[in-house]
Amino acid sequence: MESFTGGRLPPDDVVVAALRAGDEAMFATLLDTWSRGMLWLARSHVSTNDSAEEVVQDTWLAVIKGIDGFEGRSSVKTWIYRILVNTARKRGVRENRTVPWSSVFEQERPTVDRSSFQGVDDPLPGHWKYLPAIWPTPAPEGELLAAEVRVRIGAALAELPPRQRTVITLRDVEGCTSEEVCEILDISAANQRVLLHRARAAVREQLEDYFETARRSA
Amino acid sequence: MKRFSCDELVELVTAFLENDLDESTRSRFEEHLVGCEGCEHYLSQFRTTVDALGTLRVETPGAPRHEGLPGDEGLSRATRDRLMSAFRDRRTA
Repeated sequence: MESFTGGRLPPDDVVVAALRAGDEAMFATLLDTWSRGMLWLARSHVSTNDSAEEVVQDTWLAVIKGIDGFEGRSSVKTWIYRILVNTARKRGVRENRTVPWSSVFEQERPTVDRSSFQGVDDPLPGHWKYLPAIWPTPAPEGELLAAEVRVRIGAALAELPPRQRTVITLRDVEGCTSEEVCEILDISAANQRVLLHRARAAVREQLEDYFETARRSA
Repeated sequence: MKRFSCDELVELVTAFLENDLDESTRSRFEEHLVGCEGCEHYLSQFRTTVDALGTLRVETPGAPRHEGLPGDEGLSRATRDRLMSAFRDRRTA
């Protein structure tokens, strides 16, 4: 998938052939293109930045060792991310930081604050009490999102439970498909959707807060 | 057929965007949207949120940095050097 491979790397078969042939420039390109995203993802599972760096290092070492045996049943990036997530989980368990991934369903709590809706004594229970606002039109194509908005989203992501953060990072930030995310994390499509929805709703809430504050101070 | 209330619809937005709703649920979702300004705005906010998240992608060389987020600095020079030399050594191993 174009967006997931970054759009600048050659197709997988070229990448794999180059790595097998010992092409250092290709390896360096992969390192420099993917390591930042990998560090970010690893950090969801382990307790320090140093620990995350070791997870990423161990992942690349496993890639170096495993490239000759790579069978191409998934994309190179999905393969590498699976190694990353498994390495990070093992390490998270050692650090007592990991929530069991088997208990995937988050608490069944509504994703939008109940006070936004009319109550049982109102004319239309369950319907909006206050209409959600129309947000300012996003910046034109090619223009960077306001730095403040990005900081706000970063903070919202940092506050998410690890599983939600992992899913939303892979899907919406990294641009993986839902199938790729299910494969990387070994979760069902339904679980993936629940985690993604909760995470998106939480980020939306933070942005709502941001736009509301911006509107009031305008 | 029972109509959605807004608090029910908001829980289905991701399933709607993923095209994962069965046909009857999807048409109830769409019917509700047509008559509900609040949910229309909510859906639009949700889409904006997803688009905004996509602008955080870090893998593009020269992409905006994530101030203060783990990974923003990339791998340390020492780790990168170690990995490059491990890659080089693999040929001779």
